[in-house]
Amino acid sequence: MTAATRADIAAGGSGFRSARRRVSAALFRRGWLRATLLLSPPGAWFVLIYLAALAILFVSAFWTVDAFTGNVVHSWTLENFKTIVTSPTYRTIAARTIGIAAAVTVTDALLAIPFAYFAARLAPRRLQTILFVIVLVPLWTSYLVRVYSWRLILAQNGILNWTLDKIGLGSVNIAYSNWAMWIVFSYLWLPFMILPVWVAFERVPGSLLEASADLGARGATTFRRVLLPLVLPGVVAGSIFTFSLTLGDFITPTLVGGAGSDFIGNVVYSNVGIANNVPFAAAFATIPLLVMGVYLLLARRMGAFEAL
Amino acid sequence: MRNDTRNLLLVGALTLCMAGVVACGGGNSSSNANLPTSVGRGEGQLNVIAWEGYTQPEWVRPFEQATGCQVHPKYAGSSDEMVTLMRQGGGSQYDLVSASGDASLRLIKGGDVQPVNVALIPGWKNFIPQLKSPPHNTVDGKHYGVSLQWGPNTLLYNTRSVTPAPTSWSAIYSPQYKGKVTVPDNPIQIADAALYLSATRPELGIRDPYELTESQLNAAVALLKSQRPLIKKYWSLASDEIDLFKNGDAVVGASWPYQTITLQDSGAPVKDMIPKEGATGWADTWMLSAHAQHPNCAYKWMAWVSTPRVQAQQAISFGETPANTLACPYMDRIEAGACAKYHANAPASYFDSIRFWRTPTKDCGNGSQDCTDYTTWQQKWTEMKG
Repeated sequence: MTAATRADIAAGGSGFRSARRRVSAALFRRGWLRATLLLSPPGAWFVLIYLAALAILFVSAFWTVDAFTGNVVHSWTLENFKTIVTSPTYRTIAARTIGIAAAVTVTDALLAIPFAYFAARLAPRRLQTILFVIVLVPLWTSYLVRVYSWRLILAQNGILNWTLDKIGLGSVNIAYSNWAMWIVFSYLWLPFMILPVWVAFERVPGSLLEASADLGARGATTFRRVLLPLVLPGVVAGSIFTFSLTLGDFITPTLVGGAGSDFIGNVVYSNVGIANNVPFAAAFATIPLLVMGVYLLLARRMGAFEAL
Repeated sequence: MRNDTRNLLLVGALTLCMAGVVACGGGNSSSNANLPTSVGRGEGQLNVIAWEGYTQPEWVRPFEQATGCQVHPKYAGSSDEMVTLMRQGGGSQYDLVSASGDASLRLIKGGDVQPVNVALIPGWKNFIPQLKSPPHNTVDGKHYGVSLQWGPNTLLYNTRSVTPAPTSWSAIYSPQYKGKVTVPDNPIQIADAALYLSATRPELGIRDPYELTESQLNAAVALLKSQRPLIKKYWSLASDEIDLFKNGDAVVGASWPYQTITLQDSGAPVKDMIPKEGATGWADTWMLSAHAQHPNCAYKWMAWVSTPRVQAQQAISFGETPANTLACPYMDRIEAGACAKYHANAPASYFDSIRFWRTPTKDCGNGSQDCTDYTTWQQKWTEMKG
């Protein structure tokens, strides 16, 4: 900022130069003015685009659609929420979405902790770089490409069954099922879990581990009683990503899900794109919002925000 | 020979029109009351909602070259999606939609489409009589669009895994092929279940699969619920079903002839058939949006796809039956025996044997209002799928 200002001053005329100097002096003296100028563009964006969309979403959840003309009726009603609460279908779909999101989070945490421990504390410097690249490489390819390749892997005549057959284990029938969704989601979001856990492991001071060993704790005990509590905020931080990304997805269920694999996102999508019932979609979309709100509150309590 | 001459004349007239030699007038097609009497200059663009496979380069490219109208297709997976797309954004985003019979009446009643002057569609007068003014696109003598093609929903099966060859729809309802069955993700699939029940459980008294009383609907939904554990996947795009059959994830399912042809072309061991209980089917109409931004290009397109040659191309490409009776020789020229294979010369009784998709309404056709409407069908379908 100051370097740029100086360069501008050098380039500008003398009258212009003094005006500039006065402005920057005023900004320097009044900190609040500087803060206002810096924050108002992102603030306006946040309020107008981000929060306004959420507000409209929430408001339209109380409207309905005229079944005959397909137009939105702007009268307040709790009908949509009533349908969601009373219909077993929507309860099942919400439970399935939250359940799989939780399963994916636990799976990713179990995979990420040993990996991140090795990468952060045991691997030599060069190997660390290689591991870091390996974790990030999948994020450079399209999400769709990765999901479609899983579809080919898991298909009845796919690579998985071909391999299992070759080593004499028969074949599994998991294509287009909730199992397939669990595997694909766990794969997709694993990097988002590994990175915060990795950082958390790196932050633990070596002296604490030495102190633990000096006091007679074995490796396993140190890991369980010293390391794990210290990296838990990192795990919770990672779980915010894995949980919320799974909760909001609808493409993976469409592509690798089977009969009865609809997520909240699929219901929202089909209500907007097929049934033309935007108010109901909005009402159903408030469920993941609520779930995430509660989740974030709990995550904050566990210190996840400090680990981010 | 005479047909060829007629087509030459037609193409000539179109060309003259496009070159602006003949005053074709600015068609005022925005008003419902007065239909255009001639087709004006193309607007250069045409946005259409179509079933997958309805806008193949084979006949779209020549159209674009001849008229200068660039075709921008948007594929829809179900009639519901088509209706929604036509209504989104005030309805002016798309010019045409290839609506099936279960969407066309909804679009007409909702005011989403406008009447069309069939005199401007030269192919129309050669359509089979049943499709000139069918009840699904002609209301009070007004033609809301031009019929296109029609065909049955078939039973598709893998010839290696499904032996002996199935003869009944029971193949997709019995546990024999558990976990290997696929059906469309579409509420109108309830009619298929109702059709099967009308043959297997006559005590329910189902006469028309689109006119179901509450108890008949419940019976059909109960059948579909018992089918759910057998289903590998409810497919929403034709390409989904093709993948399922190609990779061995499904061996039997409800399908369109398009999937069969695509799979057979890629060497997959599949066949399709019309089971003994009969079949539901579709009769599609190109419908003109009430707020079409490119009406001239839309008229040119409707005229183009109604010509015998394009009708023949599309019929063979998709595996359906053309509305234009003159398409038969063209079909045989593309593929020997195609005319008979796709029923283009079949007697009227064949047409009448197919239960064409229709929007279910409360009206049972006998004056009583105790039937279930489409909204109910949608709800039941969602509940069934869970």
